[in-house]
Amino acid sequence: MNDNDTLTIAGRSFSSRLLMGTGKFRSPEEMSKSLDASGTQIVTVALRRVDLDDPQDHILSYVDRSKYLILPNTSGARNAGEAVRLARLARAAGVSDWVKLEVTPEPRYLLPDPVETLKAAEILVKDGFKVLPYINADPVLAKRLEDVGVVTVMPLGSPIGSNRGIKTAVSIQIIIEQATVPVVVDAGLGAPSHAAEALEMGADAVLVNTAIAVANDPELMATAFSNGVTAGRQGYLAGLGKKLLVAEASSPVTGLPW
Amino acid sequence: MSFLHTVEYLNSGIIDSAVAKIETLSEQDVLKALERIPVTPEGFMALLSRQADALTSDIEILARELTAQRFGRVVNLYIPLYLTNSCINNCLYCGFGSKREVQRKTLTLNEIALECQRLLQEGYKSLLLVAGEDKRWAPVKYIESAIKLAKKLGFVFVAIEAGPMTEEEYRVLCNAGLDGVTVYQETYEIETYRKVHPSGPKKDYKYRLDTPERAARAGVRSVGIGFLLGLADFRKESLFLGAHIKYLRKKYWQTSIAVSFPRIHETPSGFSPAHPVSDSELVQIILAVRLANPDAVLTLSTREASALRDRLFGAGINQVSAGSKTSPGAYIVDPAGNQAAKQFPVVDDRTPAEVIDAIRKRGLEWVFKDWDLNLRPVS
Repeated sequence: MNDNDTLTIAGRSFSSRLLMGTGKFRSPEEMSKSLDASGTQIVTVALRRVDLDDPQDHILSYVDRSKYLILPNTSGARNAGEAVRLARLARAAGVSDWVKLEVTPEPRYLLPDPVETLKAAEILVKDGFKVLPYINADPVLAKRLEDVGVVTVMPLGSPIGSNRGIKTAVSIQIIIEQATVPVVVDAGLGAPSHAAEALEMGADAVLVNTAIAVANDPELMATAFSNGVTAGRQGYLAGLGKKLLVAEASSPVTGLPW
Repeated sequence: MSFLHTVEYLNSGIIDSAVAKIETLSEQDVLKALERIPVTPEGFMALLSRQADALTSDIEILARELTAQRFGRVVNLYIPLYLTNSCINNCLYCGFGSKREVQRKTLTLNEIALECQRLLQEGYKSLLLVAGEDKRWAPVKYIESAIKLAKKLGFVFVAIEAGPMTEEEYRVLCNAGLDGVTVYQETYEIETYRKVHPSGPKKDYKYRLDTPERAARAGVRSVGIGFLLGLADFRKESLFLGAHIKYLRKKYWQTSIAVSFPRIHETPSGFSPAHPVSDSELVQIILAVRLANPDAVLTLSTREASALRDRLFGAGINQVSAGSKTSPGAYIVDPAGNQAAKQFPVVDDRTPAEVIDAIRKRGLEWVFKDWDLNLRPVS
């Protein structure tokens, strides 16, 4: 693969197309090793989980800021106001002016609220944040968000933590086709093959948490996802063959008399 | 509309038939239930059957996986802080009952601050304020001040377990920073409820039953429900509980549901439960509730013994208390004397550090902070 094949978000380039979450691990040490194994360069951290006043915080103190871009997320916010407050708090505490915008008003499936997400994105972009919004796979919403100046769109593959893979492929395909910002498939990716599928479709990156953190061997699963992302990206760049309804022999017989 | 309508409907023979049906279910029915997670209502019934007992280890593995998938390999910690043991109710099973001749104590705001500071030093960020129902000593204004104080001092999540209030009162408390309300129905059986709550405002079954709804309407983000294990047949109670969760979810789509499993052991009042629940039955209930409700926060308090708690960490249970004291002022204001009446005896009396160690030994991470001051009531 071309060494210049980098992911560029808000003018910053990354060689890894795997973004990782930091929740759900059985220990901070295991989280740290998994981040390392994944090769990720962007690590998202739930602001509701971290204690910004505690230098020994179990997440932040284990994420090496010289290696990773910390992407605070607004998990737990149920409306634009809360998300904006959390983002501002993180920036004021010196965490980052990048924010993964999550506005999830219902606590069961944690599906994002399109109206409040758009509202919060508008405020945060104007306020100078680099906003990466988590959205349902809604192509029109993706364009509306681009219009207000977000730096990626992050459509979900399936409900968060569900490990069900890309169930929203038709809409994600449209988002990718129309996007002028990187498309990061977020949520629901349960296996390295799901990550590969997203990259094969032309997604620019994926974000994975549960499937790695909850695996029996998170470090190995992080490596596996990294490989899945690489395979998917290479497949996309190489140009995938068309899907046909009929069989095509892999070693065609030629020279028959008819 | 009230959940009472559902209770009345279920009482028209539906729940009794369901309990009778549970008796007839086979191991095959249990295995079939496990084919679909979350389990269906029929599957939930199968998990409550006697036949499920033989499959407990398989069910436990599934519950552990499901809990990890939703909440991670973590256990959240919270701590109760008793504000007052003064109470005008006379619940037969409770150490705070109004007719008991025990020393009563209500913490002053200064004492609350001292207790809060002590608990914050331990690392706690999630607090449950507990108060007997007595508006002379613990009016809404007092609870409002306690919530404000706890938030100001550093707790990020503050819930209350106190007498039921009006929607407007909950709204006032939400504005003060209230995040959660815990209110156990104690028993869903109307007759049993009347018997064990002979006097005081608590004898109003419907008012108590509607409390989670009033709290949710006021904007409280998390409502905790449950029944007191031992008052009535646990299978029947579990079916009511399942229906209650479903009802609240559909109606209050933005409200998180938490479920606790308080079990009557030895009580300071000498009350003996008519339907005692064994350890294995308690495990069975918890695992069944988890497999039916992947996203519900399931809590287990220090009423239970350490070995049982350790086993259930992560196996359905994702939130526990540790180092709890169940009388007002017992953390620092009056630790040695500890003369004020306890609500119930603490069985797991390990220190928070010892419980954290046990959590780690189960291959889990402990979490003090899982909320933020910037997250406010729904309204």
